[in-house]
Amino acid sequence: MLNFFLSRLLTFIPTFIGVTLIAFSFIRVLPGDPIIVMAGERGMSEERYAELQTQFGFDQPIFIQYWDYMTGVLQGDLGQSFVTKKPVFDEFFALFPATLELSICAITLAILLGIPAGVIAAINRGKFFDRALMSSALVGYSMPIFWWALLMIIVFSGILGWTPVSGRISLMYFFDDVTGFMLIDSLLSGQKGAFASAVSHLILPTIVLATIPLAVIARQTRSAMLEVLSEDYIRTARAKGLPPARITYVHALRNALIPVITVIGLLVGTLLAGAILTETIFSWPGIGKWMVDSIYRRDYPVVQGGLILIAVMVMVVNLTVDVLYGLINPKIRKA
Amino acid sequence: MSLLEVRNLSVDFATTSGSFRAVDGFDLTLNPGDITAIVGESGSGKSVAFLAMMGLLPWTATITSDAMTFDGHDLRAISPRERRKIVGKDMSMIFQEPMTSLNPCYTVGFQIKEALRIHLGMDRKARHARAVELFEQVGIPAAETRLSAFPHQMSGGMNQRVMIAMAIACKPKMLIADEPTTALDVTIQAQILELLKSLQEETGMALVLITHDMGVVAETAQQVSVQYAGQKCEQQEVTALFSRPHHPYTAALLAALPERATTKHLPTIPGVVPGQFDRPKGCLFSPRCSIATDLCGTTPPPVGGPEIGFARCHFPINVTAEQSA
Repeated sequence: MLNFFLSRLLTFIPTFIGVTLIAFSFIRVLPGDPIIVMAGERGMSEERYAELQTQFGFDQPIFIQYWDYMTGVLQGDLGQSFVTKKPVFDEFFALFPATLELSICAITLAILLGIPAGVIAAINRGKFFDRALMSSALVGYSMPIFWWALLMIIVFSGILGWTPVSGRISLMYFFDDVTGFMLIDSLLSGQKGAFASAVSHLILPTIVLATIPLAVIARQTRSAMLEVLSEDYIRTARAKGLPPARITYVHALRNALIPVITVIGLLVGTLLAGAILTETIFSWPGIGKWMVDSIYRRDYPVVQGGLILIAVMVMVVNLTVDVLYGLINPKIRKA
Repeated sequence: MSLLEVRNLSVDFATTSGSFRAVDGFDLTLNPGDITAIVGESGSGKSVAFLAMMGLLPWTATITSDAMTFDGHDLRAISPRERRKIVGKDMSMIFQEPMTSLNPCYTVGFQIKEALRIHLGMDRKARHARAVELFEQVGIPAAETRLSAFPHQMSGGMNQRVMIAMAIACKPKMLIADEPTTALDVTIQAQILELLKSLQEETGMALVLITHDMGVVAETAQQVSVQYAGQKCEQQEVTALFSRPHHPYTAALLAALPERATTKHLPTIPGVVPGQFDRPKGCLFSPRCSIATDLCGTTPPPVGGPEIGFARCHFPINVTAEQSA
């Protein structure tokens, strides 16, 4: 198992180099000049422009720029934002907990509902529950997220008044960031009602963000279960006289989890990159919106650094998925 | 009282193109300690009949019979919960493909102990001791360490031994072996058959051997029932069947054995088993039979008496004057 883990870890190196190359070159391929953007409508003199170019190192050949950037990255320095002049690292980790908190809640909800729903649908193949679930999954999968989010806000915040419209916590509460996770910090602050406020702010964004993953996980679980239930070893389990629940959850589900976990890994990867629409609609201060804004401003260090950090997160998720494969199916451990 | 009594068992599958009769009027009586072989080509319904008794057929199957009792239980009226108490305990089954018949996610030890816990309620220690004992009984070397192996870490022959150990774990009264050697090397085949035979002698359980291999039959069985296209066409004691087959199909099967071939070219039976759409009106074997007449093509043959091995044929062969009298 340790060898398996280490060999997967080794594949990080080429992936990481690839990501830095892509992050570094793609933002430069985009038309637009960060210095011009910074200058704004007033423009700037040629001398000042040349001075800034030297300062940022844009006058150097591109591979020298890449080399300089990479020596910084390997020492843990992702540079400073052109706009805010703050280190990219600090900006990222100030915003990332918000995204992470929302992602964890959303994927947890999707898993907790999606896997049982898929299993029940597979066992009742062709019956009412199966059909109802699969059609609603299709709806959930194809629904435009911004429309769904607005609908939820209108119904639950507007008409019913059950949940707040946006933000992470009510303005009445103020406390220091300890972990960056509002749920934990609000508990740590000990202020009455703070935790409830944080939870109520999370509900709608979580539901909205979980919708597509929920539909995908339910469908994937159902199809994987259907495949596994027709395997010879399920017949063996039935020939042993095992109760149906044990056959479903012990013998079938564990085998069916492999494709489901693959899908969950991919979904978590996209969630960590920030849900731009959800974060924007609910004014959620996460990294999705931050990244998009930086692209508009041609804030090279932020875009590069953000991409690299997100890529590392996704790589960690993938590694976790690989390890989970090995834990679930011993056959994969050797590969 | 007989252990297993099956009368006129039929199994129909609902398919998109109508219903298909896989088993047609299957009869079998089994006494404790009997070794019976069910022989037939692929698609002759031999496995399906026993899957029906085990309750392992999918919901698309409709099972009808005049009688189906096992050890005093009426298998036609039994509830799923009651059936689960018998299946895997008193009546167990091993399958054709040992490599895919074991769950890849669990150790073979886990899979064997599971049955012990569910049926016999043994505690952890007793389960382990019994599992080791079973592994030794089926000839798995280093039983203690092999218990924690996964199916993919063992060979097909070893996995089949695990399947057998699992099937005999609760000392069944009847073991159904569904083509247990088909997927294995010839050398391993003989070992597995030998094992099944010796286990049968040790435990006195009834053994049903489903196979298409006449060689397996000759080596193992006492009684032989020959199936064709869902019907039983002949049943005899093994030596009698080999020396004096009464149904032309049995005779043709025996003639196709390489060991018995007398000509340079091995005789074969032309054609294939009829399927859903080309089922003959009369005798099901008539299109492939060398002695068939017009009568065979139009009228289903009667089932003969025990003196001619219950042969389902208009013109049973190898019949002496006193038998036909």
